[in-house]
Amino acid sequence: MRILSSLLRALALATLLALQPGAAAAQGGDDAFARFGADSFSDTNRAIEILITSAHPQAAPIIEALAEGRLLAGGGPVVIRTTDGRFIDARTGAALASAPPGLAPVRLNNSVRRGIQAALGGLGLLDPDTARRILAAEAVFKSRDAALLPVLEGALAKETDARAKAALRQAQAAILVAKADAPPFDRIAAIDVLRERGDQDALATLRSLPAESSASLKEAQARAVSDIEGKLALWRAGQNLWYGLSLGSVLLLAAIGLAITFGVMGVINMAHGEMVMIGAYTTFIVQEVIRTSAPGLFDYSLLIAVPLAFIVAGLVGIAIERGVIRFLYGRPLETLLATWGISLILQQAVRTAFGPTNREVGAPNFMSGAFEIGQLAITWNRLWIIVFAILVFAALLAILKLTPIGLQMRAVTQNRRMASAMGIRTGRVDALTFGLGSGVAGLAGVALSQIDNVSPNLGQSYIIDSFMVVVFGGVGNLWGTLVAAMTLGVANKLLEPYAGAVLGKIALLVFIILFIQKRPRGLFALKGRAVEA
Amino acid sequence: MSVNTTRRVMLGAALAGATVLGSWLPAAAQETIKVGILHSLSGTMAISETTLKDVMLMLIEEQNKKGGVLGKKLEAVVVDPASNWPLFAEKARELITKDKVSAVFGCWTSVSRKSVLPVFKELNSILFYPVQYEGEESERNVFYTGAAPNQQAIPAVDYLAKEEKVQRWVLAGTDYVYPRTTNKILEAYLLAKGVAKEDIMINYTPFGHSDWQTIVSDIKKFGTAGKKTAVVSTINGDANVPFYKELGNQGVKATDIPVVAFSVGEEELAGIDTKPLVGHLAAWNYFQSVKTPENEAFIKQWKAYKKNDKAVTNDPMEAHVIGFAMWVKAVEKAKSFDPDKVIDALPGIEAPNLTGGISKMLPNHHITKPVLIGEIKADGQFDVVSKTDLVPGDAWSKHLDGSKDLIGDWVEKKCGNFNVKSGKCGGA
Repeated sequence: MRILSSLLRALALATLLALQPGAAAAQGGDDAFARFGADSFSDTNRAIEILITSAHPQAAPIIEALAEGRLLAGGGPVVIRTTDGRFIDARTGAALASAPPGLAPVRLNNSVRRGIQAALGGLGLLDPDTARRILAAEAVFKSRDAALLPVLEGALAKETDARAKAALRQAQAAILVAKADAPPFDRIAAIDVLRERGDQDALATLRSLPAESSASLKEAQARAVSDIEGKLALWRAGQNLWYGLSLGSVLLLAAIGLAITFGVMGVINMAHGEMVMIGAYTTFIVQEVIRTSAPGLFDYSLLIAVPLAFIVAGLVGIAIERGVIRFLYGRPLETLLATWGISLILQQAVRTAFGPTNREVGAPNFMSGAFEIGQLAITWNRLWIIVFAILVFAALLAILKLTPIGLQMRAVTQNRRMASAMGIRTGRVDALTFGLGSGVAGLAGVALSQIDNVSPNLGQSYIIDSFMVVVFGGVGNLWGTLVAAMTLGVANKLLEPYAGAVLGKIALLVFIILFIQKRPRGLFALKGRAVEA
Repeated sequence: MSVNTTRRVMLGAALAGATVLGSWLPAAAQETIKVGILHSLSGTMAISETTLKDVMLMLIEEQNKKGGVLGKKLEAVVVDPASNWPLFAEKARELITKDKVSAVFGCWTSVSRKSVLPVFKELNSILFYPVQYEGEESERNVFYTGAAPNQQAIPAVDYLAKEEKVQRWVLAGTDYVYPRTTNKILEAYLLAKGVAKEDIMINYTPFGHSDWQTIVSDIKKFGTAGKKTAVVSTINGDANVPFYKELGNQGVKATDIPVVAFSVGEEELAGIDTKPLVGHLAAWNYFQSVKTPENEAFIKQWKAYKKNDKAVTNDPMEAHVIGFAMWVKAVEKAKSFDPDKVIDALPGIEAPNLTGGISKMLPNHHITKPVLIGEIKADGQFDVVSKTDLVPGDAWSKHLDGSKDLIGDWVEKKCGNFNVKSGKCGGA
């Protein structure tokens, strides 16, 4: 009798709760809120689950706040700090006058972050904003949370946007593939959907097929996997080529200034790398000034740094030429030693002025992140560096070929005495040529600040590569430098996947040694009188 | 040849300047006890080592305020080995024979330690080495206050396997002795734990590698096998910055493929925008973000000493704090600065570490330390997500064939490589 009555009571309560979802949510929520305050990652994860399964009305804002570190807890009430700095009671959504004392942001680790991702995926599937629905579908694709399947199917039935539909279908497929109790026909269809998607994530999902799946399913999976792998191999070849061009553009930027000072003037300039470093530090200073005085201009910081780096490095170059190198023309060994000394002095000077640690040079928005062409991920910073390298190359070529100073430079390097007899002030031209080469190295520094450390050692890592490119391309030939940089970049990147980074580099150096034996003057040797000069 | 010679000459000239600077330091009382500081202040390693010199100066200054050691003031002798390995040996010799220092605190890279070893043995002095290293060494004259592989690498891998359920491993490192040995130990450990050979990818890169595009995309590809993948990184020094930048750019998130690093601390992160790196991990025995009274006092002292409110602290700094405290205690216990007496007094000495425990010097000249796993936060600090009890440092790895029977014991066996199976000293 008693058992019956308690059963009835429970039933009544359940019906009541079903009629009043708010009440159930509040009760489930209580548990969740206590867990947020427990400062344990597993409790936080459980709290997220509770919020989702109890369909708590505040679930979405709470989890978003949690993801962004704006959810405060610590024993008492759980509070959301809004993005504009107000405080809201997480449970009720009511505004609070001030935050209760003793609260700290709920801590996250990777497993909590994954939980949040999955939860936001589940919550965002019905969002009115298409872009958010697609993001949510992607999140579900990654989390493969089978519990979301009904929501997903509901969303799919209502979906009208083609892209969102595709994303939802892929997410559904990712769940179905791994779901052992789904109808086999659906699972094979799911494998097809993943095959169409054809990227690395699809591959990972396909490979996670449970081992106890049926033979036909396994066969379909194996076919899809080899199909995707074949396509990806092609994309990877393209990717390596792209990486090669990108490395080539970096080499070109680093070497092109040297192509002027070493290639055209014949000065073995060991301080070339430090000109690159000066350019990078100029960028750093520009960004610091912008950060403190005009933060709005941050996205233009690199554009502002470009002319400044050119001027600063160029002036330093002119000072070096006038102060040291001009006394050493025709004495290559002494020039080498003197410029090596200058490079050490510059490094230590920068180390003393800015400290030995790396300086942070931020990336402006247009240079952050990546976009995809097919399966090829192209990062914006690399793309812009390639563009920049080509622009610098074209500008330099134009200066040498089209301007009076370029004409004088070529005249002086080809026949100094004749040029002098024609009324060219050779000393001034020497200084300007060296300044131009150094200035271009400064430009390289602006670009390299985006991909490498801005530290006093920045230049050292590029000096060997730069000489390699210039010598390989043929001394005194800008086009040779371009071809050499791109060849070495692409060769390096094609070798790297097979030989590894260390062996790849060694193989390349051996190749250059052999090549220089055969053609001592590089790819594009200068012919005529200039060679003897 | 000629380039090399010139380089030395020039370095020498630069160094002369640095040494002069060093000897200006206050020589207070007449009878001072000299302590050598052997850290690179110029060259590639200056980025990491300069702060260690400053920490030592601060600790010595602090000790002098307390009245010195055995009633005598300490005097720091700073030399600059300029990231040049042979110069480390020269400078060590100079410190011991010319300056007559009682102990030396110094070195960062394993190469520099190996280069000064013969000098310390020959002249019988004491070196405190503060950096995590590959192990496989126990010398009478050296005290290792950094982590051995079992105090950093192995617990980090255990954490990933347990908490992140990682089944597939990328062991990425810079191509030199520390990553190679550590990866050898890790590979043996993972294989012994039942990880399949094809689930381990090992990759080495040259020093200062800056183009990580291929390797990061290889890692992404390796991660598509349907098993949870993680990267264990022994990438050293400056190469980390472009590596992390590339990870961020190619969108490798910690929730998909976490990277746990053994050489990336607060100092290294200072040069990068850490927002894309949130959640990647590092394993150390100390993090600046650890909340203990000892650590808070130390950070406050350090910031005041550097007169910089943004100055960061890191793991090797803590190692020097512990090492210096142990040296002071050992000297007091031996009532002498004589190296032989201090070496004998050191094993068994205890000193508080900054994470709330008491570290102890072991007979193999390594110390006990807790292992902390931290996740990178958006502000460049670490959030500690796991902390072990004190782990005693193993001089010889238990996971390598050549070394699993060896122990270092300078108390009873008087031997750095005692073979417990054959009962003989000398490795075999």
